[in-house]
Amino acid sequence: MTDRAFAVVRAGALTTVQDEGRPGHAHLGVPRSGALDRTAAALVNRLVGNPADAAVLETTLNGCALRPRCAVTVAVGGAPCRVTVDGRAVAWGAPVRVPADALLEVGPAVSGVRGYVALGGGVAVEPVLGSRSTDLLSGLGPPPLTDGAVLPLGAAPVAHARVDTVPQPGPPRELILRVTPGPRADWFTAPALRTLTTRAYRVSSASNRIGLRTDGPPLERAVGGELPSEGMVLGAIQVPPDGRPVVFLADHPTTGGYPVVGVVRERDLAAAAQAVPGTVVRFVGVGGWPGLGSERG
Amino acid sequence: MSVRAAASPPMSGDTPSTPPMRVLPMGERALLVELADGTAAAALHAELLRRRAAGDLVVREIVPAARTVLLDGLGGPDGPDTPLRLAARLPTWEIPPLPARADDVLEIPVRYDGPDLADVAALWDVPVREVARVHSAAEFRVAFCGFAPGFGYLTGLGGVPEVPRRATPRTAVPAGSVGLAGPYTGVYPRSSPGGWQLIGSTDALLWDHARVPAALLAPGTRVRFVPEGR
Repeated sequence: MTDRAFAVVRAGALTTVQDEGRPGHAHLGVPRSGALDRTAAALVNRLVGNPADAAVLETTLNGCALRPRCAVTVAVGGAPCRVTVDGRAVAWGAPVRVPADALLEVGPAVSGVRGYVALGGGVAVEPVLGSRSTDLLSGLGPPPLTDGAVLPLGAAPVAHARVDTVPQPGPPRELILRVTPGPRADWFTAPALRTLTTRAYRVSSASNRIGLRTDGPPLERAVGGELPSEGMVLGAIQVPPDGRPVVFLADHPTTGGYPVVGVVRERDLAAAAQAVPGTVVRFVGVGGWPGLGSERG
Repeated sequence: MSVRAAASPPMSGDTPSTPPMRVLPMGERALLVELADGTAAAALHAELLRRRAAGDLVVREIVPAARTVLLDGLGGPDGPDTPLRLAARLPTWEIPPLPARADDVLEIPVRYDGPDLADVAALWDVPVREVARVHSAAEFRVAFCGFAPGFGYLTGLGGVPEVPRRATPRTAVPAGSVGLAGPYTGVYPRSSPGGWQLIGSTDALLWDHARVPAALLAPGTRVRFVPEGR
């Protein structure tokens, strides 16, 4: 009788358990959390026949290595990388059968940031408020993986994968983020609103699961003073006192006191999860962005 | 679809039952409703909860804050509550005021032994023991949560000067610490850095994710602090 579990041989820089997150608790101060690149996480789950809400592993830049204690079907997606089983190269972005006690190595990202590893049955750690996601802001959910840890797997899925491979978009050379005006756009000068949508920013190395931080021209405020705390949403572009926009990602705080100049469309955030530091970011105003001749997008 | 129309604030304040509000756009699925003050935000929050429970409103998150209420995860493009449609409907709602006192008040036992008790007493210009009396005489209401799971911002302390945050935040405030900052009282659900002035401590578990509900305090909860050993 084999054990439905896997051992972590190399945890990598930051590997967390992620699923669709725990929305619905923001009023209690609980972030939504969940996979940053939802598209990639959903694809790898499909490839191994898991339901969409199964928990996967999210790696950061340098992959991880695992040793399943039972034979299991896995799929690696997201940031492209070399994948091996006991040293032999296997397919990336496709279902791969890993024998019991074999070593699955997910290599460093060739491009992009976050890799996703789905294992048949999903990572079956105890859910917290209905989700197995690691939330790095509030500490809910399982801790990030550590070398030597052993994590449980759920029952192998009965459904067969409907697809053998799926096209996955490559990480962006330039990150295009479409932005609708935020609740506090009027806290910024007209030139600042033009600056945001016409000048190039770059992804800062200080970015994490909480927010995509940027380097670039600071945005000048038209209204001084402090904003009382207000609710925040995924994709909100908060502007702290240094004027550099921060795009809120899955582990963002539920309330905040810096003005939100705009909100990035949710479907553009998967690409944001894969943008390495230094990537050029272009914010494109849509949906009534001040100064646009007509509505677009 | 956009919520452009909502960007120009529909102001309406001609009758007492329709408080002035600005309905602000916040992305494709959300609206931020700004009220005149925290009391109006609390009344709107209660009305939103009532309508959601009655099935009249489809929304995933209702997040009150200092003087706003965020509605996030509004119905799909064909649903009844797109941001655009709701933005048009909201200012026409009649919003009943909150009852002044509640029947259901949560009591939290406190030891008034915080390290900033003397500073708060000095600011209030009262003897140290008077801080406990003033604080435990008030009825609080959780205006909103944030900062950490289970951390509530409680309003209700009147008649004393607002306490500023400490100039230098502490790197570690113990779980259960009861603190003051600005118009708010709060209890730290777990050890964390913090800049609030600490007046006491409690053994109450503010957050326990194995418990249902996990959070002791939710927006709208009425609270009284009861000095231990009395």
